[in-house]
Amino acid sequence: MGEEDKKQDADLEIDSKKIISQKDLRHFIDIEYLSKDLVIDILDLAESFAGVSGQPVKKVPLLRGKTIVNLFFESSTRTRTTFELAAKRLSADILNINVDYSATKKGESLLDTLKNLEAMHCDMFIVRHPSSGAAKFISENVSPDISVINAGDGRHSHPTQAMLDVFTIRKYFNNFKNIKVAIVGDILHSRVARSLIHALRILEVPEIRLVAPKTLMPVDIEDMGVKTYVNMDLGISDCNVVIMLRLQNERMNSSFIPDIHEYYKLYGFSPERLEMLSPDGIVMHPGPVNRGVEMSSEVADCERSVILQQVSNGIAVRMAILSLSMQP
Amino acid sequence: MNYSEEQTREILLQVEKSLQSHLIQKNINNPIIIGIRTGGAWIADYLSQSVKTEGNVSYLNISFYRDDFSKVGVNPKVEPSSMPHSIDDKHVILVDDVLHTGRTTRAALNEIFDYGRPLSVTLVVLVERNGRELPISADIVGEKIELDIDKNIKLEGPKPLILKIINT
Repeated sequence: MGEEDKKQDADLEIDSKKIISQKDLRHFIDIEYLSKDLVIDILDLAESFAGVSGQPVKKVPLLRGKTIVNLFFESSTRTRTTFELAAKRLSADILNINVDYSATKKGESLLDTLKNLEAMHCDMFIVRHPSSGAAKFISENVSPDISVINAGDGRHSHPTQAMLDVFTIRKYFNNFKNIKVAIVGDILHSRVARSLIHALRILEVPEIRLVAPKTLMPVDIEDMGVKTYVNMDLGISDCNVVIMLRLQNERMNSSFIPDIHEYYKLYGFSPERLEMLSPDGIVMHPGPVNRGVEMSSEVADCERSVILQQVSNGIAVRMAILSLSMQP
Repeated sequence: MNYSEEQTREILLQVEKSLQSHLIQKNINNPIIIGIRTGGAWIADYLSQSVKTEGNVSYLNISFYRDDFSKVGVNPKVEPSSMPHSIDDKHVILVDDVLHTGRTTRAALNEIFDYGRPLSVTLVVLVERNGRELPISADIVGEKIELDIDKNIKLEGPKPLILKIINT
């Protein structure tokens, strides 16, 4: 782990110890500050929005006349398109700005880009950025009538993904009272895992397990109220939900695993491992799936895999988050 | 003045009777009945026991079609719309508890037309009060009342159904 990574982790630890309970959404940056009631409100509202996709006219006029900017400093397909669809189904206008093609490449600073977008009377920025804390920085520097949604910042947080994951879990189990959830894979580099652990804790999931090789498990992560496992067979045994994470090659700056085949043998979801789950167990993955690395094709496409439902649910959950952030 | 359970039931019976003769007069058979959540949904459930309808009762949650989102936001606790039957080329009976400003009816009509193109829409309300802000009137009304501007009338339920006048 580099010095910068260590500092980042230390910062996050301090952040997560703050006891703040956010009761309404102006910006949606982190999950850990949300009250349980607010998390449940988001899930309930998403349930109402899920029906919109089944209507002959897949649109409601809630955010008509609002302008939302998808401000992506890092590539994304699922997150960007589901945010775009969510905004469109709420009748908002949406602008996709891919920073590769924008003025920042010509030397414009981030704040200048923001000021220019503000001058175009935009109402919301949805931000994806490779640096941890970018969405928070932007939320602190935009004019007060603009909402900022974090669509993933560095290794820190990906709160809308975590919300759609818990929404998917609630769809299958109705509540969070008696379930065991395992998160398997590259926990160290995963913003999804961090946000998910916070969401599951807020919803009082009784057992949260993390499964990873020591090199990909953050130090002192047990302080977050989770159990850690190095052995995958033990870690997923009898679980109701297993969430597989992608091996994040682009975030690895040193060697964390011996090789891909070895990784699949020890931590890949093979068909034989399906038998180890609880009989009602489901398999999730935030995507994109590296088939044959963290999960076999057979498992990714099996009946107990809910990966595509996660994508559909992502639209409804993001509609809920957009509307709750935009309301007065 | 408040309404008792008995008085509320009498108004409901009045609505039921008027609706039945309206359907005969207009030659409407097997309409689709749609209740606006939450009060209108209870009345639609009640009316569906005596009115022969196409399939089960449909329900609308008009929260996403309101015109005051930028003032009051959205209520996450209302159940979603449930419109299991196609309304294309069907007669629709739209049911609400109180007709006041007309804005709920406007929102409901907009939502209905996102599901299809009905042959007709008949508006049924338990109570019609003063204070219309839009050019909307009901076809079937159980009771017409005049209320001061600081008073509201609402239906409590589902069991028993009781009309209550409250201060806003």
